[in-house]
Amino acid sequence: MPKLFPKSANRLPLQILTFVGVLGGLAALGVTYYMTPKYTRVGYAPVQPVPFSHQLHAGQLGLDCRYCHSNVEKSGHANVPTSQTCMNCHNQIKPQSPLLAVVRQSYESGEAVPWVKIHSVPDYAYFNHAAHVTRGVSCVSCHDRIDQMETVQHAKPFSMEFCLDCHRAPQEAVRPRELVTNLGWQHPAGASGQLRDGQKLVDDWKIKPPQSCSGCHR
Amino acid sequence: MRYALLVLAFLAVLAVSLLGFRGATFVKPPIDVFPEWAFPGMKRQPKYKPQAESKFFADGRTDRPLPPGVVASSYGPAGQPLRDDDHLYAGKTATGAWAPGFPAALAIDRTFIKRGQERYVIYCQPCHGALGDGQGITKAYGMGATPTYHDDRLRQMPAGEIYNTITHGKNTMLSYADKLAPDERWAVVAYVRALQRAQQGTPADVPAAQQKELGIK
Ligand code: HEC
Ligand code: HEC
Ligand code: HEC
Ligand code: HEC
Ligand code: HEC
Ligand code: HEC
Repeated sequence: MPKLFPKSANRLPLQILTFVGVLGGLAALGVTYYMTPKYTRVGYAPVQPVPFSHQLHAGQLGLDCRYCHSNVEKSGHANVPTSQTCMNCHNQIKPQSPLLAVVRQSYESGEAVPWVKIHSVPDYAYFNHAAHVTRGVSCVSCHDRIDQMETVQHAKPFSMEFCLDCHRAPQEAVRPRELVTNLGWQHPAGASGQLRDGQKLVDDWKIKPPQSCSGCHR
Repeated sequence: MRYALLVLAFLAVLAVSLLGFRGATFVKPPIDVFPEWAFPGMKRQPKYKPQAESKFFADGRTDRPLPPGVVASSYGPAGQPLRDDDHLYAGKTATGAWAPGFPAALAIDRTFIKRGQERYVIYCQPCHGALGDGQGITKAYGMGATPTYHDDRLRQMPAGEIYNTITHGKNTMLSYADKLAPDERWAVVAYVRALQRAQQGTPADVPAAQQKELGIK
């Protein structure tokens, strides 16, 4: 009777195992690298109806974030400004600019400017701006250097891990309230100074960010 | 075996070259790993959020404007449901003239003026400048009309009229009522008064202890 399997078939089980192992490893690598928010969200910068530049308005002109996002300290939602807010200046500065046509039209007709929303948390998680901003968590912790961005870009993953990392160690981020919108600020004494003063603020204000599931999934 | 691994390596290289690396900028909406059609009602629950889009209303907004003539029943502070204090909410006296001073309901103290300073720096300084001299950053870009607070007309102006300018705007200056609550507007008025006073300092205003230090006799 001729041989059913060649001799090399003896190695086949091992080879299949190796192959499946390598395949599984690659798949796991691929999923962790490509299916997590660090890949899917970071870098999202949609084309907006008006080429509005934070680098010009917040960086160069030095406008405070709250001039436009005026509800950020008062409500959970940080509002995107009304077109009147733009017209405060643009009724005299570049009043004819074609780039601002959408804003002018919105101001006259009362229809909304169709800004594209960039950051969002899913509806099963609760987020509140006022709770963070009034406790000395700066915009830069979650939105990075918006004041240097020509177009706004999703800079942090906003995964659950991202939220919890800070909730476990808030002293690394909290700063005096009046510095919250000063994105370039860093503690003059470096990381150790931040930890010391951050800890002091955490103790003074009794800061206790929720770590239990129901704190955010309410 | 070698071929199988080679194919795998090729596929991996293909995937990386198609998908790129983390942190690259892109304009299309992010990929949803657990898409809504497969898991309905989790990420996007059928409820309205602020400033969101609505398919139901003709103007496409979830934020509804008040129908004309509506007066909210809990508009003012607790215990005072209607805004019927004309001095506090309109800057006017009972006769309808601009009120000269501050409403009795507010305590004018250091924290109040500090609050006014903070709000002034955010909302007024870009045009009116840190000193209130009208030399804010926007002057260089074409806001030529911004006046200084340091002339007699504005020094004599009743506080209620300045309050009204913040609430309703004036000529080319638009309203700031959506950004400042009534008590915050009064705090800003108090700070404007402080700025005006600061430009009229005399040597006699400097405390005796500091007079020598500054070389004032
Ligand atoms: C002159 C008004 C103005 C100022 C000042 C301003 N913003 Fe904005 N901001 C806007 C507008 C308009 C948008 C929506 C268009 C866009 O995304 O570019 C926006 C969008 C954003 C977004 C993205 C919102 C989303 O859709 O997820 C963030 C985050 C943000 N701003 C943060 C800041 C921070 C932090 C500062 C202070 C450094 C600041 N902004 C100052 C007008 C302003
Ligand atoms: C405090 C005043 C101020 C406010 C408020 C403001 N801008 Fe501007 N904006 C400026 C100045 C100053 C420039 C620069 C003009 C120049 O380069 O001469 C500018 C330039 C621009 C330009 C470029 C125009 C061009 O033709 O080059 C756009 C677009 C723009 N702004 C959009 C907006 C939008 C949208 C808003 C409202 C969210 C807004 N701005 C609010 C002051 C303002
Ligand atoms: C602790 C993290 C955190 C901080 C600090 C923070 N943000 Fe946000 N921001 C978020 C998250 C999360 C969202 C998405 C919220 C949602 O989808 O409801 C968001 C959304 C926004 C939006 C879009 C509108 C909205 O509310 O959905 C704007 C504008 C914005 N942030 C501005 C700011 C400004 C200005 C500051 C600083 C004063 C700031 N944020 C500080 C996390 C933060
Ligand atoms: C950089 C630090 C930081 C990050 C990032 C952060 N938080 Fe917080 N969070 C805080 C601090 C500080 C508090 C205030 C705790 C207190 O007041 O005791 C807080 C409070 C909260 C609260 C309680 C608010 C209330 O009203 O009780 C919720 C809910 C919350 N955070 C959700 C989130 C979510 C969701 C994210 C991720 C998108 C997030 N946080 C990211 C620091 C952070
Ligand atoms: C600091 C706020 C916070 C706390 C505390 C928290 N979560 Fe989350 N969780 C989030 C946010 C924000 C998301 C959305 C993440 C995203 O969109 O990528 C999330 C997503 C999830 C998801 C969906 C899977 C995912 O990552 O997208 C599950 C499941 C979950 N949380 C379970 C839990 C459980 C169980 C606990 C308690 C041990 C908990 N969470 C505590 C904020 C929180
Ligand atoms: C976008 C630029 C801008 C900002 C911001 C601004 N103003 Fe003005 N303001 C003007 C201009 C322009 C005028 C001159 C209006 C006119 O008479 O044409 C003016 C005029 C005034 C006047 C004089 C009114 C009169 O009767 O002559 C007062 C008082 C005043 N502003 C107060 C404020 C206060 C308080 C704030 C902050 C809440 C503020 N302004 C913010 C541009 C601005």
